[in-house]
Amino acid sequence: MLSTSIFSSLTTNPPLVTAPSSHPRKISAEALLNRFSPNVVPASRLEVRPTPELVSSGIEQVDAITGGFPRGCMTEVCGPNSSGRTSLLLAALLAATRRAEVCGLVDVSDAFDPASAAPAGMDFQKLLWVRCGENPKFSSSKKQDSTSSKASCDIDTKKNADRIEQALRVTDLLVQSGGFGLVAIDLADVPLKMARRIPLASWFRFQRAVEYTPTVLLLTTPGPCTQSCAALLLKMHSQAAGKKPRSPLSAPELPSHAEFLEGFHVNSEILRSHLQRKPAKSVAAPFTTKAVRAG
Amino acid sequence: MPFACIFVSDFSVQALLRAEPHLRMQPFAVLEDKAPLQKVFAMNEYARSAGVNCGMSKLQAETCPALILRERSLERETSAHAALIECAQSFSPQVEDTAPDTVILDLAGMESLLGPLHKIARDVVRGASELGLEACVAVAHNPDTAVLAARGFSGVTVIPEGKEEEQLGSLPLEVLFADKNDEESIQFCETFQRWGIRYLRDLTALPDVALSERLGEHGIFLQKLARGKTFRTLVPVESPLNFEEVFELEHALVLLEPLAFLLNGMLEQLCARLSAHALAIQELRLELELQNGWNDEVWIDHVHPGRAQIREHFHRTIRLPNPMLDSKTFLKLLQLDLKAHPPGAPISKIRLTAEPAHPRPAQNGLFLPPSPEPEKLELTLARIAAIVGEDKVGSLQILDTHRPEGFRMQRFGIDDSGKPSTNGNSHGKRNPDDLVTALRILRPPLGITVMMREGRPVQIHCKKNRAIKGDILWATGPWRSSGDWWEQDGWVRDEWDIAIQQESGIAFYRLVHDLLSGRWQLEGSYD
Repeated sequence: MLSTSIFSSLTTNPPLVTAPSSHPRKISAEALLNRFSPNVVPASRLEVRPTPELVSSGIEQVDAITGGFPRGCMTEVCGPNSSGRTSLLLAALLAATRRAEVCGLVDVSDAFDPASAAPAGMDFQKLLWVRCGENPKFSSSKKQDSTSSKASCDIDTKKNADRIEQALRVTDLLVQSGGFGLVAIDLADVPLKMARRIPLASWFRFQRAVEYTPTVLLLTTPGPCTQSCAALLLKMHSQAAGKKPRSPLSAPELPSHAEFLEGFHVNSEILRSHLQRKPAKSVAAPFTTKAVRAG
Repeated sequence: MPFACIFVSDFSVQALLRAEPHLRMQPFAVLEDKAPLQKVFAMNEYARSAGVNCGMSKLQAETCPALILRERSLERETSAHAALIECAQSFSPQVEDTAPDTVILDLAGMESLLGPLHKIARDVVRGASELGLEACVAVAHNPDTAVLAARGFSGVTVIPEGKEEEQLGSLPLEVLFADKNDEESIQFCETFQRWGIRYLRDLTALPDVALSERLGEHGIFLQKLARGKTFRTLVPVESPLNFEEVFELEHALVLLEPLAFLLNGMLEQLCARLSAHALAIQELRLELELQNGWNDEVWIDHVHPGRAQIREHFHRTIRLPNPMLDSKTFLKLLQLDLKAHPPGAPISKIRLTAEPAHPRPAQNGLFLPPSPEPEKLELTLARIAAIVGEDKVGSLQILDTHRPEGFRMQRFGIDDSGKPSTNGNSHGKRNPDDLVTALRILRPPLGITVMMREGRPVQIHCKKNRAIKGDILWATGPWRSSGDWWEQDGWVRDEWDIAIQQESGIAFYRLVHDLLSGRWQLEGSYD
């Protein structure tokens, strides 16, 4: 009886597979669904996830290609050593503290330099700095005699593993606590192999923890690690660092000391973005930084 | 003018039961004096029904099944009495401290604020119950009548004006001498009992002249008391704001979990008392009395047999940036602190003191940026400190020095004043639009070997990091800095910025030559 009535309704009212402009047909199909399956939500009324709010990264050129860093999402910035990752991280922290937001920095390698941030006008009262490292009460690694290189490698690996574990636990606490405008995790000095061993479930958990909150979760890594958990993935490289000398004898195209002081040229490129369609051609945003010595 | 009297029966018992409320429904007795002369001092109704009497020895009392015995604690009675006074002060500013178990409030003008007298009395009972004390409350138009009614009747009693004699008549004579142990009062009581006076109505029926001839003025005074015709003014108490809870243990605690259970009860009492004064906690001090000897029988001082065993004190202080009043948060902070700094010996006594402060009002605006909640933030910081160490989490304070690493870590706190901090801007005026080339510091710095040519570094080699080796492609410097030459730990160093070839490309480092020790180190990398 039920199926007959459905078919008879469908023959009198054609099903909703035609053009979206058939509004009366859509209404009748929805009424039919509501009558027989009240729990089924029509596709036309499915909840659309709102576009996350974008905030400035602190660098105009990066904002121009990305729109800014999204709130409630994870952003990953990767690149090799001397590629400008930490400069971008510093700019993001500066921009957040200027917005009077409380920021958290999980410094896995304890590499943050206050002398770089202070001249730029960072408000340190708004920055919670967590320095991962050796905590005798936390770490179970015993001090070993590092006479052999293999033993010292093992010790370094164990130290890095302890630091990563501390960083993951601390990040968990910070994102669960809430109220932070920016939580940055600095994994830049961790070997890429070890960074990639961090389970994806951890990144997914952090991403879910900041979803629907105003927190920007920023990650700096030596290479892409978070796969699809990051809503935005940027790759950094410096113009000088990327150029290798043709031969050991020829002079590389390196900046002179004056240029290095006043013009450390960095390129940032979007590798992946869930927020907007990635341009077909790779877009780079060059910007220039200045060393503290330059004044 | 109405007066209310709060009377806590079996006060010594109730003072102990505040910390162990789960024992209320069981026979409970309090012992006094030292072993082997311990005697029952007070008991609750269940113990009384089981046949326990005051003055029984401990051995006799132990024959009663399921009876719980505890030693009398004067400190617990003091804090229970302080709680009672605070409860009374939350209803009236004029409070008299009549006896350890009795408090009188002046309710003049309170009816328009707090409601009818019956409601005020019920609220007082409820307030005392929240502090762990089961009280009887009586309201009358003179203080002495209120005291007699509170001691004689259970629950809430309201005596209308003019009905004092009628209502008090049914009370036994002993209620007149309940708090008096002097010889004169005992004699009066015995005299009345010989005369066959059992109730207050019998005393009020005696002729005034005959009573005066036999017992004098005091006899007339007692008769007036029984009739409810006395009147006096209250002597209000001004108690200092001392928020302290003490718990003395019969058997020393070894584990932290039962300690947390006791601390929870003490914190709830403290927070309730502070809340009655509209105050919050700025600083919490925990003092634990430790027992050095694990077994009291083994620990005997043979040189001085009469001397008590040596005990040590263990102190911990939790200072909060913002005053708070959440007992669960405080318990968690104490647990995390004790886990990081365990006492190291069994605990025989706990003292918890709170420093009160006015709570800071938080005015949240519609357009203000998000910030963490103070209570959650304190817990989060305590948990992070347990992971990375206390000195590794916090905010920075830049020191007024050019020395490398010229900063110190300080406790992180959120400033709600809205004023921007000038902490970071102390190093000169830089264009805020300029982007900074960040330096990643190597902590500790890497020791390296440097080959020099014509006064410039040309090659480096690092034992600990094989990636840092080879020819220096580019070097700039040196920049010399020095300081504190007038101190013992002066410093002089040359800094170079260098570029070396690595697998991933060219990397820029800061090379430092310590001119005092002659060592070369890599201080950091530009990124």
